[in-house]
Amino acid sequence: MEPKNQQKNIVVIGGGPAGIEASRTLDSLGYTVFLIEKEDRLGGHLARWDRLFPYGTPAGDVLGQMTASMGRVKWFTGTEVTQLNRLERGYNIILSNGMSVLADALLLTTGFSLFDASRKEEYGYGIYDRVITNADLEDWFSGIPVPAIDSPRRIGFVHCVGSRDEKVGNRYCSKVCCATAVKQACEIKEKFPDAVVYCFYMDLRMFGRGYEDMYLEAQKKYGIIFVRGRVSEVSEDKDGHLFVKAEDTLAGKPLRVTLDLLVLMAGMTRNTAVAPIVRALELSTMEDGFLKPKDSMTQAQSSYAAGIFYAGACTGPKTIPDTVAEAKAAAMSINEYLRDND
Amino acid sequence: MIDFGYGISPSSAINLERFDRARFDRLCAEEPDVLKCMACGSCAASCPTAGHGNMNLRKVILLLGRGCDSDALAMTRSCMLCGKCLLVCPRGINTRHLILSINKIYK
Repeated sequence: MEPKNQQKNIVVIGGGPAGIEASRTLDSLGYTVFLIEKEDRLGGHLARWDRLFPYGTPAGDVLGQMTASMGRVKWFTGTEVTQLNRLERGYNIILSNGMSVLADALLLTTGFSLFDASRKEEYGYGIYDRVITNADLEDWFSGIPVPAIDSPRRIGFVHCVGSRDEKVGNRYCSKVCCATAVKQACEIKEKFPDAVVYCFYMDLRMFGRGYEDMYLEAQKKYGIIFVRGRVSEVSEDKDGHLFVKAEDTLAGKPLRVTLDLLVLMAGMTRNTAVAPIVRALELSTMEDGFLKPKDSMTQAQSSYAAGIFYAGACTGPKTIPDTVAEAKAAAMSINEYLRDND
Repeated sequence: MIDFGYGISPSSAINLERFDRARFDRLCAEEPDVLKCMACGSCAASCPTAGHGNMNLRKVILLLGRGCDSDALAMTRSCMLCGKCLLVCPRGINTRHLILSINKIYK
């Protein structure tokens, strides 16, 4: 560890897994790290999740491990960036708590927003009582009451809600929803063993280690029924049950089913809260609104601006291990940058 | 009845409510590998009855899971139990035993 590193300030904006991991790594390299989180707790979306695919690891354990040793990291929750100025060398950052930091480097770990499922009106989120999202279901798994879940016997999951959907401006795949749907389908089947559980998908993208096994187990052990076809519309009958229409594209036939609960797999979208920072620093974004790294292959953690770096889902949908790896990589990129610009 | 030259044809839509779970579970008990099918279509592609009958094991499995039992059973009629599909199946499903089990349980 270089003793002079301590004189260098690094501001990390966003206290999710990327921000936490990068802050810890930068701290271990001897830098003075300020981690800023606008919510009242660290963890971002991870703090709201119950368990993680593919092995069902409790999200709280992962977060607990990450935050167990924050070292000398100065972290501020319930704090926002109110002003950002580019200086000749570095940046001046003014926080909502009145603090002002002169940063030698800036790391954006601003993450994503969950797609607002009510924008897909045809699925009825916010209209029909028994339509919920993946995030609502995680709440329920964590013990938070969700009135829509009332001993359902027939449960459906709709994949790709707000993903691969040009009409809502999200052409991309959100990457994590397939595996999340399979995980949640198995979990809810465990809670309601007599229920029939359907997954409506277009493609199943089981790209990661252990995902394919999880998918197989969903079919063999849990008897989850996978239907290839996008749900086209949902309506409600007089008793509040959901009438679902889709095409079974493998059979080449239209398909109808009545359900007691429908779970929409809302995808990841750009975090709109980062817009003022993007404007102030004139950062580049991609057409879908995610931040654009300097080079997607070799400089994925660098921005076009000197001293500004990215990690995690601010540059596109990512899994937790992807995010943690990127956070470490960003810390090393910042280390190299500060060393070369000394 | 007056022949108008056209009539109403029965709906070919799948109604998932018709799916006979208990019977399908019996099939799964007899040949658990039926749940391993990933609908790749290797079986149908290698089937020597292709072009002569309508046997398509991928579709048979699918239709049973969708409550279209009689359609599925009718398809297996052209199967000669030659076992080519067993050789090509990437999931290693004992397709011959599966077809025989289907005929036993859904007859």
